[in-house]
Amino acid sequence: MLTAIIDYESGNLHSAEKAFQKMAAERDAGDVVVTADPEVVLKADRVVLPGDGAFPACRDALDSIEGLFDALEEVVMVRARPFLGICVGMQMLATWGREYEDTAGFGWIPGEVVRITPADPSLKVPHMGWNDLVIDRPHPVLDGIRTGDHAYFVHSYHFRVDELSDRLAHVDYGGDITAIVGRDNIVGTQFHPEKSQRTGLRLIGNFLAWQP
Amino acid sequence: MLKTRIIPCLDVADGRVVKGVNFVNLVDAGDPVEAAKAYDAAGADEICFLDIHATHENRGTMYDVVQRTAEACFVPLTVGGGVRSHEDVRKLLLAGADKVSFNSAAVADPDVVADAATRFGSQCIVVAIDAKTVAPGRWEIFTHGGRRPTGIDAVEFARLVERKGAGEILLTSMDRDGTRAGFNIPLTRAVADAVEIPVVASGGVGTLDHLVEGVTQGHASAVLAASIFHFGDYTIRQAKEHMAAAGIPMRLE
Repeated sequence: MLTAIIDYESGNLHSAEKAFQKMAAERDAGDVVVTADPEVVLKADRVVLPGDGAFPACRDALDSIEGLFDALEEVVMVRARPFLGICVGMQMLATWGREYEDTAGFGWIPGEVVRITPADPSLKVPHMGWNDLVIDRPHPVLDGIRTGDHAYFVHSYHFRVDELSDRLAHVDYGGDITAIVGRDNIVGTQFHPEKSQRTGLRLIGNFLAWQP
Repeated sequence: MLKTRIIPCLDVADGRVVKGVNFVNLVDAGDPVEAAKAYDAAGADEICFLDIHATHENRGTMYDVVQRTAEACFVPLTVGGGVRSHEDVRKLLLAGADKVSFNSAAVADPDVVADAATRFGSQCIVVAIDAKTVAPGRWEIFTHGGRRPTGIDAVEFARLVERKGAGEILLTSMDRDGTRAGFNIPLTRAVADAVEIPVVASGGVGTLDHLVEGVTQGHASAVLAASIFHFGDYTIRQAKEHMAAAGIPMRLE
């Protein structure tokens, strides 16, 4: 069993790597590698795509590594291996990103990524800190995670899904903010599970044991 | 609903935790990694390290502390002190920091904030502002541990670094730091109301009511404290319960 965390030089993967390694050991889920090598991605049983920063910059960084997106598409969309996107790695699942400029996402989960505009103007953007999850529908990666559990968010844009059935959980921040998406073998979290203490580690462990 | 954050801050010098009282009389109080683990277990919402003796020569010690902390703590970690360039930011992010804080370097050249925010995203760029009251309703930025006046207005500077791409402001009242007399509420409120981005209140916490005031009267999104937690006066849990009882949304789990 091999879990590949994709490193396309977007942000800090050190804590993600350590969190996945810790939970892989607890769940007997094999090895965790951080890689940008398309050949390694193709061999992986599970794939994790993190992402920090602006949507267009992340997309460019990913596309600048030859063969990496093709390998991702093959392993996720053809071989149907479990996939977890984190933060901008989750947002890129959308059809479009509207941050700075219109940028095509992967289009794996229909929707667009737009700026957070809280109904209450006193709410600050970025949405930064701990917010309580509202579970929209049960899913194996949410095993043991309940409505009211907190996760750590830091973002100024959010994923508005076209089909509500693709949303597994949301939080309230002057309106609904998508917290977790899921469709077939794909899940994604807007928050950082590797920074969300027990709740985040639980989700990571569930993902590593998930057999879609 | 988003919760108000409590952030214990560990002053670090040469790889050891210290706590300055008005930035003098340093007392060695242990291993920063062990302290961070204890705060993670206690329910801290974030942890902050300030490298108070940062120089190019001793930087390696801090990278090692950050790296070991990131291996053991799955809670956001902000690191500041002596950060001068996007290269410094990059090294700290790679070591495992989630956010990196500029201080004097941003005052000397605010474009360093824009440069880092463009490269790494605003979400990980904090600007630490150290301000002193110079007249009623007027606060000036001081650098170099509060010793050097700059003539720059703190509220104007907060607006400027927000435009440059800062994702958060860590605001310390140099009048109050180490006094345990409470946050400088007029300063905190003036800055928090002037910017869209979150403001972390710092400097002067001596009681749990001070934490409440920072949020309800100062309009801070988060409160940072050191000695009341480091010396065991109060636990993180007590602080959270006290703030929740005052009607502030807190994460209690």
